[in-house]
Amino acid sequence: MLHIDLADQYRRGSSRVHRLDPRVKLAGAVLFIVVASALPAGAWGAYGLLFAATLVVAALTGLGAGFALKRSFVALPFALAAISLPFTVAGRPLAQFGPLVVSVEGTVRFASILIKSWLSVQMAIVMTFTTAFPDLLWGLRALRLPPALVAIVSFMYRYLFVLADEALRLMRARASRSGAGAPGRRAGGSLWWRGKVAGGMVGNLTLRAFERSERIHASMTARGFQGEIRMLATPVLTDRDWNALVGWVTFLAMTALIGFVF
Amino acid sequence: MPIAVEVQDLHFKYPDGHGALFGVSLRIETGERVALVGPNGAGKSTLMLHLNGILQGEGAVRVAGRALGNGNLGQVRATVGLVFQDPDDQLFSPTVYEDVAFGPLHMGLALDEVRQRSQAALKAVGMEAYGPRVSHHLSVGEKKRIAIATVLSMDAQILVLDEPTAGLDPRARRGIINLLRGLPQTILASTHDLILVRELFPRMVIMDQGRVVADGPTTRFLADQALLEAHGLELP
Ligand SMILES: Nc1ncnc2c1ncn2[C@@H]1O[C@H](COP(=O)(O)OP(=O)(O)O)[C@@H](O)[C@H]1O
Ligand SMILES: [Mg+2]
Repeated sequence: MLHIDLADQYRRGSSRVHRLDPRVKLAGAVLFIVVASALPAGAWGAYGLLFAATLVVAALTGLGAGFALKRSFVALPFALAAISLPFTVAGRPLAQFGPLVVSVEGTVRFASILIKSWLSVQMAIVMTFTTAFPDLLWGLRALRLPPALVAIVSFMYRYLFVLADEALRLMRARASRSGAGAPGRRAGGSLWWRGKVAGGMVGNLTLRAFERSERIHASMTARGFQGEIRMLATPVLTDRDWNALVGWVTFLAMTALIGFVF
Repeated sequence: MPIAVEVQDLHFKYPDGHGALFGVSLRIETGERVALVGPNGAGKSTLMLHLNGILQGEGAVRVAGRALGNGNLGQVRATVGLVFQDPDDQLFSPTVYEDVAFGPLHMGLALDEVRQRSQAALKAVGMEAYGPRVSHHLSVGEKKRIAIATVLSMDAQILVLDEPTAGLDPRARRGIINLLRGLPQTILASTHDLILVRELFPRMVIMDQGRVVADGPTTRFLADQALLEAHGLELP
C-alpha cells in the first residue's frame, strides 16, 4: 500500500555522528542552541566558531557539508519577525529611507538574530538527520523528560502515519467520486459540495482517531499497562561518547567566553 | 489441568446502551483450538475483550481456573494473550522490539528476562531481524506476525486472536496459518476464513446476534450448508 512519509528525516548512515549515543547528540545540540542564543549581538568571532563547528559536524556525518546548509534556510522566514529592528532600535544612523532611519545598532542586532537562528537550525537539522526518531525519543526519556510528554510525542509519531493514510484513503474516495459530469460543468462539484465533503471527512477522521485511541489503550491494558510507561535498559555511555561530549562542551564554553569577553 | 476458559451466562451492553452479548456460555479445555465464527456484529470481538477483563459484563468469566476480578487482572492478562484485529492497534511503540518487549516489561520482569523473552518471541514468529524496524513501514502480514509475538513474549498460555487472517494476501495468510499450526498454546480465534477453520480448528463455535447458536465439531458444521447459510457463512 502506498503510504505517507511525513516526518521521517532520518538518513541511515554509520558515521561517527550517527553512532554517537542519542543522549549525547540531544544534549550537545541543545547546548549548542543555548549558547548560540545567549551570545551577545555582534559577537562575530564566536558566530564564526559556531559556524565552523556546524561545518565540521556536517562533514563528519558523511551527508556532505552543504546538506544541512541547504535545508537550514527554512529558518529565514522566522527571522523576518525581527525585520523591524534596524528601524526601531535607536542609534547611529546608517541610512535613511524617507522618514525611516536605519540604525547601525539595529542592523547589528537584526543580523545577529538572523545568524544565530540559522546556526541553531543547522545543528537541529544535523541531529534529526543522524538520529532515528525512536532513538531520539529514547534519548529524551533517558534525559529525564517527563514520561507523559515523551509518550505523547511517541504516539504522535506512530499514529500520524496511520491517520495520514486514512486521510489519504478518504481523499482518494472523494476524488474518484468527483468526475466531470455533463460537458461544461466543473469536475469535483460545487464549492459548497466540496466544503461539505471536506467537513465530513474531518469529522470522520476525528471519530476514527477517538475509536482508535480507545482500542490502543485496550491493547496496552491487555499487556499489563497500568498507567506508568516503563523504560527498557539504559546502556552506559562509551568512552567515545564521553570524549565527544567533553570536547563539545569545552568548545562551546570557549566560544561563549570569546563571545562575551571580546 | 484447569479449564482454560469458562464463560457462564455473560451479558454485556456498551455504554451507549447497545446490547452486544445476551447470555453467552463457553467452555474451552486446556490445549484446545476453537474457532469463533459468525457474521459481523455477532459479538465475537466483544466476547474476546471479556476474556482478560478489558470489558466486564454481567456473568462469570473464569480463566485457567481463576474467576476474573479486580484483584487478579494482572495475572489473567499474563495468561491470556489478546491479539487485536488491526495490528496498528497492537503495535503502538516506535519500534518492533519495544512493542514485543512492552508486555514483559510492564509485567515487571527483570530487564534481562524481558530481552530474552522478546528475542525468543520474535524468533518464534520468524521475525528476529525486525527488532529495530519501525512498525509503520512493515507490510500487514509482517505486522500481524509481530502482533502475535507481542503476546508470546508475555508467555501467554491462552491465545485469543481476533481475525488473524483478515486482510492478508494468500501468501501472508498461509504464513500465519503455518505459524499458528506450530504453536502449542490453547487458541481461540475469531474468523470468517473457513479454510483456516478446517485446517486448524477441530471445534467451531458459531455466534449470531450476541448469542452462541452452535458449538460442535468443525467437520459436522462445515457439512451443514443450511446452518452455515443461516449465519452468513459461506464455504469457499
Ligand atoms: N465501542 C462500541 N460501542 C457501541 N457498540 C459497539 C461497540 N463496539 C461494538 N459495538 C456493537 O456491538 C455489537 C457486537 O460487535 P463486535 O463484538 O465488534 O462484533 P464482531 O466482532 O462479531 O463483528 C455490534 O452490534 C456492534 O455494533
Ligand atoms: Mg470483530
